[in-house]
Amino acid sequence: MTSAIHLVDLQKSFGQTAIIRGINLEIKKGERHAIIGPNGAGKSTLFHLISGKYEPTAGSVKLHGNEITGLPPYEIYRKGLSRSFQVTNIFHRMTVYENVRCGIMWNMGYKYSFWNRVDTTEEINLKTEAVLEEIGMVERAMTPAGLLTYAEQRALEIGITIAGGADVIMLDEPTAGMSHSETEQAVALIRKISENKTLVMVEHDMGVVFGLADRISVLVYGEIIATDTPDRIKENEAVQEAYLGTEHDDDA
Amino acid sequence: MSTLTDMRRDMNARMFKQQRNMWIAVALVLGCLPLFYGGSDFALTVSIQIGMMIIFSLAYNMLLGQGGMLSFGMAVYFGMGGFLSMHFMNMIEADTVWLPMALLPVVGAFIGLVLGLIIGSFSTRKAGTIFAMISLGIGELVAASSLIFVKFFGGEEGVTGDRTMGPEMFGVDFASELEVYYLVAAWVFIATLLMFLFSRTPVGRMANAVRDNPERAEFVGYSQRFVRLISFAGAGLFSGLAGSLFAITYEIVTEETLNAVTSGAPLIMVMIGGAGYFIGPIIGAIFYTLLSTVLSNYTEIWLMYVGIIFVLTIMYLPAGLTGLLLMHNPIIKAKKLKRILPVYGKIALPVIGIFLGIVGLLEVGHYAHNASAGDMTMSLFFVSVDTSSYLPWIFFTGILVGGFMLAKKQAPSVAETYEEVHKEALGGGDK
Ligand SMILES: Nc1ncnc2c1ncn2[C@@H]1O[C@H](COP(=O)(O)OP(=O)(O)O)[C@@H](O)[C@H]1O
Ligand SMILES: [Mg+2]
Repeated sequence: MTSAIHLVDLQKSFGQTAIIRGINLEIKKGERHAIIGPNGAGKSTLFHLISGKYEPTAGSVKLHGNEITGLPPYEIYRKGLSRSFQVTNIFHRMTVYENVRCGIMWNMGYKYSFWNRVDTTEEINLKTEAVLEEIGMVERAMTPAGLLTYAEQRALEIGITIAGGADVIMLDEPTAGMSHSETEQAVALIRKISENKTLVMVEHDMGVVFGLADRISVLVYGEIIATDTPDRIKENEAVQEAYLGTEHDDDA
Repeated sequence: MSTLTDMRRDMNARMFKQQRNMWIAVALVLGCLPLFYGGSDFALTVSIQIGMMIIFSLAYNMLLGQGGMLSFGMAVYFGMGGFLSMHFMNMIEADTVWLPMALLPVVGAFIGLVLGLIIGSFSTRKAGTIFAMISLGIGELVAASSLIFVKFFGGEEGVTGDRTMGPEMFGVDFASELEVYYLVAAWVFIATLLMFLFSRTPVGRMANAVRDNPERAEFVGYSQRFVRLISFAGAGLFSGLAGSLFAITYEIVTEETLNAVTSGAPLIMVMIGGAGYFIGPIIGAIFYTLLSTVLSNYTEIWLMYVGIIFVLTIMYLPAGLTGLLLMHNPIIKAKKLKRILPVYGKIALPVIGIFLGIVGLLEVGHYAHNASAGDMTMSLFFVSVDTSSYLPWIFFTGILVGGFMLAKKQAPSVAETYEEVHKEALGGGDK
């Protein structure tokens, strides 16, 4: 079976600075894969490389066995990979309803259509409403996205990402800045939406990571120092040394 | 099924009825308007001009309001649509091609579309400053070539034609102003409806999304560049159509249709009307055309007044006239307009003072600068004014400054009253 995402010697430098320094990683189809690592390790940069926001300096990215290195984001999305952003990235002047709808139309086949009307196309609207239901934002459907609370914007961020039904979902710190109860809701949502899909997520909350992930990769200073199941990662000495052991010092 | 679905279906059903009624009303108004003109050709001419400008500014707003692209070169599509329509009109007259004159705008639209696709293919790569600069450059380029390629553009005289020479359909040969009016009205209806529908298609919605956040649009499958290109081509198409109506109406097209003034017109109309609303450009086109028609009858420097109104709108009414009207929608609905009008009346006086001051200074200055020696007395606001003395200068500066200071003093209380009544109106509406 081909893996969902396959990275071979992936590298990225900004000027002279190497940020991603040769990553090899296979993410299996259908697994929930967490990427952890200290701030500035390059987790978001890795997401940008896979999703097409940045072009790699060297190496290759394969999605379901197909080369996608250097393709623009929209083509990678069309091949079935959808991602969210660490810094909320939504359509501020449009309503919540419209935000979600934007995430739906391409994959439903409406593409660049200028001969269908969105408000009278039942299929588009029913799907939009189902997604709104799923992310718990029915009440806020007609609110401009820019007026939502932070936690609501984070939920919408996930909503836009999953709306199109992509089979590889990448979430960059979906629970960052959320309260305890908000995090619990978000985790339940992520668990639900990632059923029968491949999930890759960056997450700082270790409770969330160890509860959700099938496998974990630890990224430190642009390199993956370990990829394994949660239990084995906990016991991994190199990981403890480089990351988990110093976590409390970092936070202080 | 969820409550949201029910709500949306309800809302859509209501909106559908409202919109249908609105379009019927628009058709009726367009059809009946000449009945109120008492056979005045002047009223018809102005209406025709408004119609053309409505299409042009709606097309422009496909870029600015819906797509977030600021263009300084829309005259290219308007003018080229006009010139090629003119040549086509002459070919119809010469019997080289067969086309009813009523369908000539299809030619202009096609030219606009093709040009939009060609120029858009490289100018829509980025929005923002780069797009604006390219549009300006192309606009200048085409305007300049109109004086170089004399054979095609007819030099300073332009290209003329005769719209009555087409194959007659239903006995209409467009010899009368009324027939031209109905031709323009029909095209205004069609173009407005099509542009309205476009804004509600998947790609029309994505044009808004790309305007808001082009990066995110790319992560839901849409190339920002291609979305912009489609809006751009659409804007070209309808601008070309408007240019074609220009050719039919005036039977002459000159390089003026390609210059910066023509490029600036839709920008001014859209900003005055309000770029954020579909109806904004329509209101802007009506206001702008009426204003310039009336003003140009009374003063040579009418363009200056248009410019001043444009600047004032941008500074004080960023949502345009439509925004100003919609601000009062809840108040009117709650029948509380009476409460707010007295305060508006109070500030109206100083505002009139400001305008009088500006007009006085500009007109006296203009007259004094251009008057022949010995004839320094002009008639302004039905009073004769001696432009060689200091008195009018002091007087107009006085009311300008005085009006400004008074207006500034009263503005907070006006805003306060508005907020108060607005809040009451909203609260009252809910109960
Ligand atoms: N566009 C960029 N140009 C230069 N440096 C960058 C850029 N993006 C990220 N970096 C640097 O790369 C490093 C990794 O950043 P990032 O991937 O955001 O880390 P993480 O998500 O793991 O916290 C940081 O030191 C950051 O400053
Ligand atoms: Mg990050």
